[in-house]
Amino acid sequence: MTSSVVTHDSARRAPASGAASGADVMSCPPGTAPLDAPEGAPSDGDRPGRGARASLGVVSDEELARLRVVPARHPGRIVLAVLVGLLAAAVLWSFVTNPRWEWGVVAQWFFAESIIRGLLETLKLTVLAGALGFGLGLVLALMRLSKSSLISSVSWTFSWIFRSTPLLVQLLLWYNLGYLYERITLGVPLTDVTLVDTRTSDLMTPMLAAILGLGLHQAAYAAELIRGGILSVDQGQLEAASALGIPARDRSLRIVLPQAMRAILPTAFNEIIGLVKGTSIVYVLAHAELFFTVQLIYGRTQQVLPMLLVATVWYVVITSALSIGQYYIERHYSKGAVRTLPPTPLQRLRARFGRRPVTAGAPA
Amino acid sequence: MSPLTSLLRRTPARAGAPGAAAPSAGATLPSADAPSRGGLVEIRGVHKAFGDLEVLRGIDLTIEPGEVTVILGPSGSGKSTLLRAINHLEPVTSGLISVDGEVIGYRRDGDLLHELREPEVLRQRTAIGMVFQSFNLFAHMTALANVAEAPRRALGVNRKEAEAQARELLALVGLSEKEGAYPRQLSGGQQQRVAIARALALRPKVLLFDEPTSALDPELVEEVLSVIRSLASAGTTLVIVTHEISFARDVADTVVFMDQGRIVEQGPPAQVIDHPAHERTRTFLQRVRTGADAPVDAEPAGPADPSGPAGPDASPADHPRSHSPEDLR
Ligand SMILES: Nc1ncnc2c1ncn2[C@@H]1O[C@H](COP(=O)(O)OP(=O)(O)OP(=O)(O)O)[C@@H](O)[C@H]1O
Ligand SMILES: [Mg+2]
Repeated sequence: MTSSVVTHDSARRAPASGAASGADVMSCPPGTAPLDAPEGAPSDGDRPGRGARASLGVVSDEELARLRVVPARHPGRIVLAVLVGLLAAAVLWSFVTNPRWEWGVVAQWFFAESIIRGLLETLKLTVLAGALGFGLGLVLALMRLSKSSLISSVSWTFSWIFRSTPLLVQLLLWYNLGYLYERITLGVPLTDVTLVDTRTSDLMTPMLAAILGLGLHQAAYAAELIRGGILSVDQGQLEAASALGIPARDRSLRIVLPQAMRAILPTAFNEIIGLVKGTSIVYVLAHAELFFTVQLIYGRTQQVLPMLLVATVWYVVITSALSIGQYYIERHYSKGAVRTLPPTPLQRLRARFGRRPVTAGAPA
Repeated sequence: MSPLTSLLRRTPARAGAPGAAAPSAGATLPSADAPSRGGLVEIRGVHKAFGDLEVLRGIDLTIEPGEVTVILGPSGSGKSTLLRAINHLEPVTSGLISVDGEVIGYRRDGDLLHELREPEVLRQRTAIGMVFQSFNLFAHMTALANVAEAPRRALGVNRKEAEAQARELLALVGLSEKEGAYPRQLSGGQQQRVAIARALALRPKVLLFDEPTSALDPELVEEVLSVIRSLASAGTTLVIVTHEISFARDVADTVVFMDQGRIVEQGPPAQVIDHPAHERTRTFLQRVRTGADAPVDAEPAGPADPSGPAGPDASPADHPRSHSPEDLR
């Protein structure tokens, strides 16, 4: 609804339509034009003549129908936008024109087969280590919140160990597991039945070592982050669910977790994006993911900067895609947490260029 | 004193409860307009202590099927604790509580009470609905989903059926057009009505209300009370903690006055509210009345007067804890 605070532009826009000019609307001092004063507002309660609206007489019905809202302008924002735009253009200009970046080389290698193969390895590592990390992290978080002190301390110990050792050390330990335990044997205890018996070094490929190293390390962090989200959900929600006889599993997965997601998601995407770039650490295992591939190539060609740029631009592309995903996933989980969802960038663009009213306040 | 025999009688597991033989996908619920039979609630020698603090000190109370019981009492007297004990959200220190002869939270075997594991307690709770002061609607679900959730998860009713029933219940509380709204898009009174519909969805034998209107604006109180009034005539056993004295006089079959973890007196409203036998009850009621629904013979209170005509429950919605008369001293 319109209120007396907004500027009415009827004076400018609709002079042709009749003798009554909009000027007298402007003369109505703020606060005395209760166009939409809530009925029965407490302050009105005891005043005689509650229906005083009729006697207002400042705005006639035709005028009311003609009133238009002009959105507030923000000149400061425009100035700031221009400044930021200029700065960005300057940086971009130096970036494009400085020949030392060797953009030609970048373009030549950007879609090279070996680079794409490395990129796919990086994505595979991210997905698998991320799935292991967050899957196990959820289990650890629920364990940590368990009423059983045994279960909760198992979870605590896991996080303690995997958060206190450097990731690099963990990766190298997994990869060199064969040195510590030469064979891995899995059998039924107290019998001679063996299910698996293999040399550790055959089993522990760089890929597996990388997934275990990254995934378990990630799980320790994810556990704390998911637990934090769960703790942020109001206790009353659990109580209401218990009182309704909803089973524990549904209470966690359907009532608490969806609401915890709002707190979890921003940090979770931080972690995932960190993981994308963090996979570059597995170059120590000589696993040919994106970063290792780039290193191999510039080792041969000596074109260090442009090759690093190739890897960097790919990381930027992945991160951007993730950030867009994050926006929409967060939006999905904010349903019910905010009264009205803000429009998506797409909707905002459409509203701006399609000239459709953005708010319900503007009369059609 | 009611016969202890009825306490010992075990009722067979309710049909459709998850504990009983795997609930078929087509488990049906009575339709929303069929009145559910009220349950008999027996509370015997209940004590509850939090550490050294004795909050309930020997409560004995029998609530007949279909009866409406209003519990009054100053803040901290243990009213909420008693309600929460009835559906075992708060296990008691000693004594027992039963609904239709089934001991809540335990399985009785001669002189032994075996503590039940969670699934069985959850099954028992489906017979006991609860409406909270702060609504506690599931914030990420629409009104319809809130009402349909418990039948789906606790009774295994399929989604379509649960939603059809939820629609009926929302209509019952006058919120048909709000089924797609999220709790934050509803007014306090509307939220509380959804919460009542949600509690009704399991067709409980007993419904517990813990100050259902004290988080509401005065104008919204009546819409919730009128829903509760209509339930009172439908035959469900209702236990209501409230500070709305005139409402209590209006709907209650029995009024129970509690103080410091004990029942001071109980009886029909005409007796307890209008002719209280105990000094403690009298002073309590006096304080509620002077702040609240005493006949307004003085000049009407100004709009800024906090002890407005709607009584102590008239605290603004953003101030969830209403001041009970004890707080106003
Ligand atoms: N979990 C708890 N731990 C410790 N003390 C508690 C706990 N829950 C309640 N109490 C105490 O028990 C007493 C009774 O609380 P209860 O909530 O039952 O009061 P009430 O009668 O419902 O009061 P009100 O009218 O203010 O809601 C209070 O002194 C309170 O501090
Ligand atoms: Mg209470």
